[in-house]
Amino acid sequence: MQTRIPLLVCLISGVIMFAQYFSSLPIAKSIYENILEWWQIIFAFTLFVGVAAFIKTNLKSISQKKETPYRTISLIGLFLMPILALIGGTKIDSPFLWAFENMQAPMQATVFSLLAFFVASASYRGFRARSISASILLVTALIVLIGRVPIAELISESFPKIGFWIQNYPSMSARRAILIGIGLGSMTTALRVILGIERTYLRGN
Amino acid sequence: MWFDGSTLPTLIFSIISFIIVLYTIWSVRSGRKFKIREIPGLNAVEEAVGRATEMGAAILYTPGWGGDIQRPTTIASMNILSKVAEKTAEYDCRLLYPTHDPVIMAVAQEVAREGYARAGYPERFKADDIFYISSSQFGYAAAVDGIISRSKPASIFLLGTFEAESLILAETGNSIGAIQIAGTDSTIQLSFFIVACDYTLIGEELFAASGYLSGNESILSSVKAQDILKILIALFIIISIIWATIDPSSTWWQF
Repeated sequence: MQTRIPLLVCLISGVIMFAQYFSSLPIAKSIYENILEWWQIIFAFTLFVGVAAFIKTNLKSISQKKETPYRTISLIGLFLMPILALIGGTKIDSPFLWAFENMQAPMQATVFSLLAFFVASASYRGFRARSISASILLVTALIVLIGRVPIAELISESFPKIGFWIQNYPSMSARRAILIGIGLGSMTTALRVILGIERTYLRGN
Repeated sequence: MWFDGSTLPTLIFSIISFIIVLYTIWSVRSGRKFKIREIPGLNAVEEAVGRATEMGAAILYTPGWGGDIQRPTTIASMNILSKVAEKTAEYDCRLLYPTHDPVIMAVAQEVAREGYARAGYPERFKADDIFYISSSQFGYAAAVDGIISRSKPASIFLLGTFEAESLILAETGNSIGAIQIAGTDSTIQLSFFIVACDYTLIGEELFAASGYLSGNESILSSVKAQDILKILIALFIIISIIWATIDPSSTWWQF
């Protein structure tokens, strides 16, 4: 009974969501929208659980004097933004918006900017000509990279054309092959869950 | 009209897929054996857990920022988490699971708890090690980066839906010398994982993981169904190419 009821709920929900996709009846759309609303409600409640766990973990670490500066800043950040929003609202010139634009947004931009350095170090490792296939990758990458900059046409008119051809044919066909695999994998995973073959999420299996 | 005609091709393909999946499951149950090729990334799971145990370091597992629990990639990632949790319980190794989504956190706690119980060590499970960080993409990336830099896990699993944070996490993991196993459904992020990680699960390999790791024949049979469907799609593409070459005005294959 402990596993049969969740499996039945999963099967019924899966079949309803599958069937509504093919229906043009207004009730199908309404069911879909209702389920999405339920999802939002579940998310809101689990967010409470998540934030409570976050506070608990950070307070525990502070009390054990582990990573105290990081944990303290995390907790200050967690409480500061909602307090600012409650005191001054979220309109223009409010302390909340000031904190968002001058603290949160620049911090996020800083982390995003790290990507440029990581792309450089990853490219260096990826493009090292250690084998024949790595050498082919290096040459291909060089052609595509040079083909995308204005100087390429000055070197040869063929450069941009070859670059685009590589992107539009060999590269695109490889991407599509992977995407077909991912699509089929997603579909069979969904079928396995709906049919109750995949039961990892259930306790007692 | 209760049926939406524009979805007819999807319905036909769904019915064909359903029949093939059921056929392969029936074949296995009636004694037929299917062979699944070796997947190095999945073979390395035990090696990754063993390495962390030998080094006395933790294992970090994260499902990325891009997905929620409704996504098949996240479900596939949960299936692998279940096996990883079982191994970490067996080897008594710490498993850290930071996530951006509180629903994923709740499900992951249950999946890992079940893995520990299956291994016979439910008392080793620590719910606090599976935790919510932030729903902000770069807040999540910065926090996971910080955890990697400070706790220096010996093995890192990046399995799920990743976006721009993929390379930030993979490169940080690489810089501390962790063994990294990655897999995602984004072809753009896959290229980053290939250069920065030791093993990458490409395409359907991520979805085949639960059957491959558990040896469950019903799950493996659905992986076989994927192969049959792939052959059918390839045949359809070849026929369409030939048809379009002979008769360029034909459009029956366009939907």
